[in-house]
Amino acid sequence: MDWSKILIDAGRAAIGVPAAAYAISAMGLNLQFGYTGLLNFGHVGSMLVGAYGLAITVDRGGPFWLGIIVGIIFALILGLLLGIPTLRLRADYLAIVTIAAGEILRLTVRSSWAAPVTKGIFGIQRFADDFFDVNPIPAGLYGIGRFRFDERTVWVMLLGWGLVAVISLFMWKLIRSPWGRAIRAIREDEDAALSLGKNVFGYKLQSLMVGGAIGALAGMFLAIDQQNVTPDAYIPLITFYAFTIVILGGPGTLLGPITGSMIFWFLFELLDGVMTTLIVDMELPVLSAFDATDVGPIRFALFGLGLMWLMVFRPQGIFGSREEMLIDAQ
Amino acid sequence: MALIVVPTAAQAENETIKGTLEKIDGDTREPVAGVTITVELDGDIIGTASSDDSGDWEIPVPGAGTYLVRLEVDTLPDGVALTDPERSELPSVSVRNNQNKTARFNLGPGLESGVGTWTRVSSLFVIGLKFGAIIALSSVGLSLIFGVTGLVNFAHGDLVTLGAVLAFLFNASPIGPGWHVLIAAIPAILLVAAFGGLQEIGMWRPLRRRGTGLVSLIVVSIGLSFVIRYVVLVAFSGLPRPYNDYAIQNDIQLIGITTVPKNLVIIAFTVVVLGLVGLFLIKTKLGTAMRAVADNADLAESSGIDVSRVILVTWIGGAGLAGLGGVMFGISEQVQWDMGAKLLLLIFAAVILGGLGTAFGAMLGGFVVGVAVEMSTLVIPVEFKQAIALGILVVMLLVRPQGLLGSRERIG
Repeated sequence: MDWSKILIDAGRAAIGVPAAAYAISAMGLNLQFGYTGLLNFGHVGSMLVGAYGLAITVDRGGPFWLGIIVGIIFALILGLLLGIPTLRLRADYLAIVTIAAGEILRLTVRSSWAAPVTKGIFGIQRFADDFFDVNPIPAGLYGIGRFRFDERTVWVMLLGWGLVAVISLFMWKLIRSPWGRAIRAIREDEDAALSLGKNVFGYKLQSLMVGGAIGALAGMFLAIDQQNVTPDAYIPLITFYAFTIVILGGPGTLLGPITGSMIFWFLFELLDGVMTTLIVDMELPVLSAFDATDVGPIRFALFGLGLMWLMVFRPQGIFGSREEMLIDAQ
Repeated sequence: MALIVVPTAAQAENETIKGTLEKIDGDTREPVAGVTITVELDGDIIGTASSDDSGDWEIPVPGAGTYLVRLEVDTLPDGVALTDPERSELPSVSVRNNQNKTARFNLGPGLESGVGTWTRVSSLFVIGLKFGAIIALSSVGLSLIFGVTGLVNFAHGDLVTLGAVLAFLFNASPIGPGWHVLIAAIPAILLVAAFGGLQEIGMWRPLRRRGTGLVSLIVVSIGLSFVIRYVVLVAFSGLPRPYNDYAIQNDIQLIGITTVPKNLVIIAFTVVVLGLVGLFLIKTKLGTAMRAVADNADLAESSGIDVSRVILVTWIGGAGLAGLGGVMFGISEQVQWDMGAKLLLLIFAAVILGGLGTAFGAMLGGFVVGVAVEMSTLVIPVEFKQAIALGILVVMLLVRPQGLLGSRERIG
């Protein structure tokens, strides 16, 4: 058993492309859930429309930059459409409608009806050549030993963590603005905000839309890295990765989504390495009922258990203090 | 990382499933055009195609694997029928790399004058009622649990799966006793009901006592749904499998409606069960107490009702009904590890249509959603039938958020 190898792989995951992507995604969700108290279970839908907005635009001959704008506009429209019927109602209605909408979006882009535009279940590939063509990093491997990335990965990571930095700055300004104070007031006490003459519905709608646009950026970034969008990558589980990350890092904190994402991917990769070692390599007799194909599902079951545990015992995040934690209106 | 890195299908559309539809009548062969063929993988539709004027159809698939190919019998023109009515589905068509696999359906002259509009509409209506029955059974528990505790249980769909899978264990599993599915259903339903009760005692009650809020509880239920779903996946594997009994049945004709007998039995049995649930809620003391707690828990408590006990009974009953719904679903189609999760959206639509928190609303909503979803395939592509449920959800929330039978103050 090679523990150092498992640890190094987990370390790579903690600063790798998925960690950056989910940090961005979680920042969008953090605005909605952590700061405003909205229970958006369809965050994956924003990632989907962002990625498809970009991929379809480029696939149809449009420029790369236009694709990014289209993706963001799609996400803003999605937020508007989902928010209008639900945000005047209780939190659980938003959760139900958004989780349903995310699934319907996935079914729509994979349908043969939409296939002329979305390419159905095959998806769209190679739409980010423009981005990789301008890679200024010379070919080679960067890092020490196993802890190494090639020039393509380094370029994508630079984009990802660069985006994380820019969005964090944006969030920092946003949360300290009067608008940011208003949404936090809504989270703490909706009725109080209402009685002070704040347009609660409008603020919630704006938060849902802006958070969705950030989610769209995460979706685009993941799609750029893979040069591929396929509908079945956008399953509801993705939303709950982001939820777990937000809660891990501490909802309603600026850096929570970033540390949360790094810890999440470190643990996820570590779990994978440990289980593969125990089940496949060592063939422990106690675990003889399982084989290599079970590693994935067991990891997801443990993920569910982790989400439950966090929500019950550490809803303020693993570093946060209980007193500051007030995501529970009603 | 496994989930979002979907194989890029090797950038290829190399694998396809194709065929030619011909009506063979004695020595004459004529192509059959305009018939819909559907290809599915693990219950998800991969693609559909219509046969062209020469009877040819072809559907690209994402890669090598085993697919289900179905001829949509409803789309056969007049005077054409499958020579073997049971062979409208080819459950395991295996495709190798770069293979253009041929799937064959044998067509001949129909015994009757073909499938007319009435036959199509009426058989879809029956299928819709059957599906509605399954949704209704699964919805009542969700709605009642919401009524008495305020929790929207996102793991409710997985109780449906659990019912179906446990019945499979006692029925068709090689390690099980191999009972008839109707016998196997009994321990399965009891176990799901017990699981519901244990959840309440071991988890939800303590959480409510320590004042965990609604939003946290919903997220906990999501976490639980992943635990159940993926444990089932490990135990049951990802392969959809039928029960030993009632898997294949021939169509029968009844008052001008063509359908398989099990559909009618499921509908009739569900109506009886839901009727008994209704009687229990109206006539018995415990049922009245349940409705009282759903209406106003504090008031119920102060008038001497043991609220904790009522909630426990609701959990046991609601989970048991969901387990029963799962067995019905498994008999009607196949048993699959994520069948309940796929049903959850329809359950939500039913519950919101009828009114969150009401049992009778959930029953009504279940049937309406089932029929609406199935009948919608008359006018929209079959891939979008689930979207009808979202349509119902959104329209209800805009027009009458308390649902058909709900009361206004619940939505606040």
